[in-house]
Amino acid sequence: MVCESWRAKLDNYLDGELPSEEMRAFGTHVQSCRFCATDALVSVQLKRSIQAAGKRFTPSAEFRRRVQQSIAAKPRRGIARFSWMIATAMIGFLLVAGLAATYLGRQRAGREQVYSELADLHVATLAGSSPVDVVSTDRHTVKPWFQGKIPFTFDLPELQNSEFSLLGGRITYLGQTPGAHLIYEVRKHKISVFIFQEGSLRGRWDEESPVTKELSFNMETWSQGSLRYCILGDAATADISNLAELLKHAAGA
Amino acid sequence: MPLFDQLYNFAHWLTRNRDEAEDLVQETYAKALKGFSSFRLGTNFRAWMYRILRNTFLTSRTGLKATMTVPLDSEEDEPGLALERETPETILIERSNWQLVHTAIDQLPVHFREILLLCEVEEMSYQEIAETLSIPIGTVMSRLSRARNGLRDCLRRKLQRDEMAKVVRG
Repeated sequence: MVCESWRAKLDNYLDGELPSEEMRAFGTHVQSCRFCATDALVSVQLKRSIQAAGKRFTPSAEFRRRVQQSIAAKPRRGIARFSWMIATAMIGFLLVAGLAATYLGRQRAGREQVYSELADLHVATLAGSSPVDVVSTDRHTVKPWFQGKIPFTFDLPELQNSEFSLLGGRITYLGQTPGAHLIYEVRKHKISVFIFQEGSLRGRWDEESPVTKELSFNMETWSQGSLRYCILGDAATADISNLAELLKHAAGA
Repeated sequence: MPLFDQLYNFAHWLTRNRDEAEDLVQETYAKALKGFSSFRLGTNFRAWMYRILRNTFLTSRTGLKATMTVPLDSEEDEPGLALERETPETILIERSNWQLVHTAIDQLPVHFREILLLCEVEEMSYQEIAETLSIPIGTVMSRLSRARNGLRDCLRRKLQRDEMAKVVRG
């Protein structure tokens, strides 16, 4: 019986995740109990084998060079043979620059990055074979689908008598934050509506924006009821604006 | 580059494809550099990088396919399976047959594969894993336990098949 309680903690013990007092007690017990000692030995062997087998893939030198070149500034001619040192230095510089930028509040860069990530999500989603996880034109089907999947809820507009139609929705992530991604259609144009918790994106995205052009997509963003909305698509400015109004009205109703 | 080899190894395990792993790592570094201002000082840089990589993977076509085709079982704590002293995995390990362990890891569903690798290969603490996967520590413990049991089951099945093949041949 005593061993049963130890066995339940065996993995935590071997992972070094028990409180120090329990670690010591477990160590003492293992030394005096051959059954638990055997179990511990088996588990240690399994851990070692996973560790050895898990370190399986190594990047090629060519790929390493490519990444260094892509994220560092291009090395100047004449010092190409020191390119790896330059690249390393540049990465260090960029990291330090990024750190400094935190204090200098580079909100603009942050916003551009968010727009870029949203455009990526929009394109990648539409390129997928199944762009939405919940396929329905009914807002009363799409909205409840998100229950328990994201830490907030939202209202969707009634689209009768409008030229928009709802195609469905999916969970998405922005900056490690879960959110709702809805797809609407207007005259064959697909429009993405992203909804995130405002607080979770603070510092990256704090502004109201009427329809703007980002990466050739039309985009509108606003905050309402502690939620951050963003509409993005290749539809006309007026369409984006009209859909935004419908969503604002639904959220404010 | 910080964590380059480790991130690449993890990416390859997730994507099971060299080209996709390279794309994933490249995108991870690009996002990390572009979004460095969102990194909070005093928090775990390694967990932050792995989180970017994992979230990028999850929103990729391969990631969506992997997570959509494998339903995540209930994550409630369940009693772990008692270890057997007849230790098929030990025999496998004694034979140093790493290929079988590779295959067993590779056959795990992606959410088990990733947590096992973060714990055993990257030697992350439960707290770091929780931050990386954005799940509570309790879930880390239960998912890890299920991943280990899944791996043991897989190794046992392989061992039984090997023994049976020997009997048939012999």
